[in-house]
Order: sequence, then C-alpha cells, then structure tokens
Amino acid sequence: MKKVVLTLAIAAIAPMAAAQNVKIGVVTFLSGPAAAPFGVPAKNAAEFVVEQLNAGTAPSPYGKKGFGGATIETVMLDEAGSTTTQVTEFRNLVQRQNVDLVIGYVSSGNCLAIAPVAEELKKLVNFFDCGTPRIFEDGKYTYVFRTSPTATMDSVGAALYVRDAKKGVKSIAGLNQNYAWGQDSWSDFEAAMKVLVPSIEVKTSQMPKLFAGQYNAEISALLSAKPDVIHSSFWDGDLEALILQGGPRGLMKQSLTILTTGETTMHKLAAQIPDGTVLGARGPFGPYAPNNAYNKWFLNGFVAKYKDQPNYASYQMAQAFLGVKAAWEKAQDANSGKRPSAEQVGAALKGLTFEGPGGTVRMAIGDGHQAIMETAYGQTKMQGGKISIVNVKRYPAEQVNPPEGAKSADWIKSGFKASAK
Amino acid sequence: MNQLLSVGVDGIIYSAWLFTAALGLTLIYGVMKIVNVTHGSFYALGAYAGASLTGVWLARGYPPMLSYVVLLVAALAVTLVVAPLIERGILRFMYAKDEVVILLITYALFLVLEDVIKLVWGVNPYFIAEPYALLGSFSVGGLAYPTYNLILVALALVSGLGLAWLLHSTRVGKLLLAVIHDPEVSRAMGINVHRYYLTTFTFGSLLAALAGAFTAPTVSVVPGLGVEIIVLSFAVVVIGGLGSLPGAALGAVIVGLVRSASVHYLPQIELFVIYFVMAMVLAFRPRGLFSLAEPRKI
Repeated sequence: MKKVVLTLAIAAIAPMAAAQNVKIGVVTFLSGPAAAPFGVPAKNAAEFVVEQLNAGTAPSPYGKKGFGGATIETVMLDEAGSTTTQVTEFRNLVQRQNVDLVIGYVSSGNCLAIAPVAEELKKLVNFFDCGTPRIFEDGKYTYVFRTSPTATMDSVGAALYVRDAKKGVKSIAGLNQNYAWGQDSWSDFEAAMKVLVPSIEVKTSQMPKLFAGQYNAEISALLSAKPDVIHSSFWDGDLEALILQGGPRGLMKQSLTILTTGETTMHKLAAQIPDGTVLGARGPFGPYAPNNAYNKWFLNGFVAKYKDQPNYASYQMAQAFLGVKAAWEKAQDANSGKRPSAEQVGAALKGLTFEGPGGTVRMAIGDGHQAIMETAYGQTKMQGGKISIVNVKRYPAEQVNPPEGAKSADWIKSGFKASAK
Repeated sequence: MNQLLSVGVDGIIYSAWLFTAALGLTLIYGVMKIVNVTHGSFYALGAYAGASLTGVWLARGYPPMLSYVVLLVAALAVTLVVAPLIERGILRFMYAKDEVVILLITYALFLVLEDVIKLVWGVNPYFIAEPYALLGSFSVGGLAYPTYNLILVALALVSGLGLAWLLHSTRVGKLLLAVIHDPEVSRAMGINVHRYYLTTFTFGSLLAALAGAFTAPTVSVVPGLGVEIIVLSFAVVVIGGLGSLPGAALGAVIVGLVRSASVHYLPQIELFVIYFVMAMVLAFRPRGLFSLAEPRKI
C-alpha cells in the first residue's frame, strides 16, 4: 500500500517538477565562419553560466538556484543558414519546443527578422550580441530586449580613442567588409571623426568582399595612402588574415590601426599583433572588464572549465543570462513568489539596471529595452612573451551612446553630445 | 608611377594564387568534363593539412626553413588519400550521367567534405605565421612585400609550365590529349581511360591542395575556406575558357590586375569588377577567351 502511495506521489510530483523548469532557447553560430570567434565562445559561456546558476554558485544577487528556484533547461540551436531559416527555427523553438524565452543571435540581419516574429508570438527574446541600432530605433517592442550595447558605441568610442591617442590626427582610412556591419561601422566612425576633427581627410575606404581572405592589394593601397589612422571592423578569418598579412608589411607600424573587434583574436594571434595596435571588445569585456566579483567568478570559472579565455561574445552571453535572471526574480517577487509570465518578466527587465562581468548594464534607451554600458579601448604590448593591453581609456556610457529617443546616425552627425545620466 | 608598380605587383601575386587554385579545375574539366565543386574542398583540405602538419613541425623545433617542404608533403598526403577515394569510390560510377548531375554530385561531396573537415579539425582557426615572415621582405615602389609571395608566384609558374610540358612533350601527356579529344576512340585504341581519369582527378585535386597549403601561412584556416576560392576559380576558368590551360593563365592575370587596379584607384567597384569582366567576356565570347573549336558529333 505504502509503495502504491509513494509511486502515485512521485507520478504526481514529476510533471510538476518538469513544469517548474525554465526552458530557454539559445541561438548562436555553431558552424560556419562566425562559430569560432563568436558562436562557440558564447555557447561555452551559456553552458557555464547555466551550470553555475542551476547549482546556485553564482555570486550574489544571482545566488538563488536557476531562475527564482526553477531549474534552467537549454535548447541549443545553430544560427548558421539564411535569415528565413532562422525565422522558421525560431517559430519551431516557440511553437514545438515550447521554450519560455530565447537568448541569442549574433547576426544583425537575424535580429531584425526575429524581433517582429517574437512580438507576434508574444515570446520574450533577449539579443545577446547583434550590433545594429536599428532594432529599437525603427521599431517598438514589448517582448524584445538587448542586454548588450549597439555598434554605435563601438564607432563613437573608436573615434574618441584615436582622437586622444593620435594627437593632431589629420587623415583616416578604412578597411571594412562590404556588408551592413562593415559599412555601418565605417560610416559611423567617419561621421564621428568629422565631428571631432572637422578638417579630417579620408584617404581611402576599402570595402573588400566578406571572407575575401587575400588583402595584399588593400594593404598596398593603405600603405601608399599613408593615413594617420586606419579603422577596421573586420572579424573572424578576415581579421586574422589582415593581421597576418599586414603585420609583416609594417601596416600597423605606419598608421595607428584600430580593430574594433580585435579582442576576439588577441590571445590566438598574440605574437603576430604588432605593438601599438588598438583593440576593441565591443564594450567593457575581456581585458577591459572591471575587477568585480562577477568578472572574477566568470573569468576564473570559464578558464578552469574550458582552458581558454572568454572573449567579448562570451561576456555578452553571460550578461544576457544574468539580466534575464535578475528580471525574472524581480517579477517573481512582485508576483507573490509565483512563476512570472513573459509580460511580467518583460516589464521587470524594462529599464532595469543590473551588474555583470562587464560592469553596470543599464536598460536605458529603446524605451528601456536597449542596454547601454561604458566602453574602453587600449593598445597591445607584448610583455614577457604575453600580450597585454596598455594606454586603456574608458568612456562613460552617456558619452558613447545616444540618449533615449535619438537615432544613432543623427546623434553622431549633430555632435554626439553626452546625454544626461 | 609607384602606384602603377604596386598595381602590377599586387595583381601578379593575386593572379599567381588564383591560377594555382584554378589550374586543377580547368584540367579536370578538360579531361573528364566534370565541373568539379569538390575542388574547393581540396583547397581547404590542403590548407588544414598544411597548417596542422607545419604547426606540429615548428612546435617540435625542427628547422623552420623546411616548413615549405612540409607544406608540400601535407598537400600530397591529403590528396593521395582523399582524391582516389572519391574518384574510385563515387565518381567513376557517375561518368555515364549528365554533366549537370555530376556537378550536383560534386556539390554534395563538397558539403559532405565541409562537415568532415569540421569533424576532424573542429571550428577553431589554425595559424602558421612563421613561413610567411621567415624569408624577409623585398621592396617595390617604396612598399614592402614579404618574399614568401615569390614562392606563390614560383608555384604558379612551375605548376602551369610543368603541366604544359607534361601535356605536350611527354608520351603520357599525348595520350591524355587523345583522351581529352575523344575518350571513346582512345578506349578503342587501347588507352586505359579510367586510369587517366583517376590520375587527372588526383593531379587536379593536388593542385588545389597545394594552393591551399601554400595559402595557409597567409590566412586564418577556418571552416568555409573553400567556398570563396571555388567561386573565384570558376570566374577565372570561365573567362579563359573551360578546359583551357592558357585560358586559365590569362583569366587569372586579367582578374588579378583588374581587381588590383580597382582596389588602388576605385575601391567602390572592387566587389563588382571581377564579375563585370566575366560578364563582358561571356557576352562576346560565350565559351571564354580560349575556347577550342569542337568537332561536331552526329
């Protein structure tokens, strides 16, 4: 009899326990060229953070197990493939896999396509990496959030840094990939430089095809043009090929070269990156991360688990989970401890300020749906056979992000005045 | 003047790289009438094998100067294992099928090999920067160029001239020309056509693997490496005329110089200029610049 009661009790409890889990779709590149620099480091970060959160071993205030006591369960999905495929896969995640929310997306094209679908399906989505500012500048959403800053911050921060690091800068040149990311990065940087140094001369803007691989001609054109500053938002194999081909030809010695996503390659290509090259990490991540308890927890734990350094994509993913956890638990508390709905979590995340391994994140623009953070740039220096970052300059969030309601391009052109805190 | 010199040097370096990669593609088409998409996979396999084997070689402290030989050995090793396997295991059963069907089969094999590469080498990039910087630099028009680029030019010359000599001055080459002209009659004359197909496929793939292996020190070896090269190689052989050796050489030189000139003088059109040249050639010479007259078969 006792056995029967026990069996019935277990049978009754099991579905309840399963229902308590929070099922999260995690979408990032697991194959293709973006897998190595962004996708896999982000996936590793997601696995590490979920493991820590479920064990309740993350630092306070993230110490409660899972999300508000509910175990986190993840469904990993590859972001490779067309935007149409991603929209279909997103619908599958929501309608077939019944996920509670989705954290993901590196590609700006995918983010722009997913946002209206998430709204239609009333499913909470947190974009962890994609950079386009257009998502919240061109649209208004209830269920869509981004806990990482936009690419505007990278370009404005880059312009401020080269103005400070290269006194009396007279000319600039660009080497960017010929698609939305490369074109937007260059046009924002160029516009910001024109504001900072109105007499600035643009020597050349090279826009090779994405994944072209061979840049001898572009490097020759840049060497011939002799600009004071070279700006590049290259990433992945293109970035590495530029360093491998440009380094031996003295490109980075001749001109102050700023690589806005350079941090992803600093540990892999340490010896090949000439001293003085400016590296960006799309925010205060990696070498620019603050010395706070969250960074110590994340960095040490990640290195111990994967025997590899986390890069900025890893930090952004960790931050995305922590932001949603903070909002979930805030909403749960407001809901008398009961499991919150997507709307309640969204309302809690809107305008939230939370701490992460990259420092303070404020959901301050895009009607409270878009994060702003400080940013930092610095220059490489080999010391004792190890790469380090020197001459680090930090720029407050208000100085490098547009204020609420402003469009990035207009804000830059009008002189990017710092918004009030 | 200096800029013109740079256009020339950059164009030649790019052409050399492109010619080595495209040569095998045009050879395989010339002999076997296969538009071989797996050519891109062999380029990637050569790059991965070259990067990993040379990486091990340098990590063990062996003489860096011999790393160029290691690149060569890596390309040979990977081709001798994979190419015969594909030709004997799959392609030989498909020769009777339509050219378009075989193209689709090689495309499917290309996708399979992309995944095999990921299974074997993972998704993280491989680097071997040492061979690129080892030989120092030379200067043209005030610009420094790593001497390694001359190896790429030499590789293109040796591959092109060697193949021309092989085809026109040796018995094997003449038999191969007979196979190119008419496989059926060649078979009737006692030539083992299938053996020539195997040899041609392996040799053509070796040229792609060599191009990949010798490109490895200049790039980050990552998944998807073979995609870009196959598109460019097709542009080169289409401009020159499918199956034509001098056509591939001229196509590579045209593409290299036109691209280099646009990068230096009009970077806005760099993306479009190669395909514009290809479209113009096809508009006036639909079978390419060096297309050969073909006997009409009733």
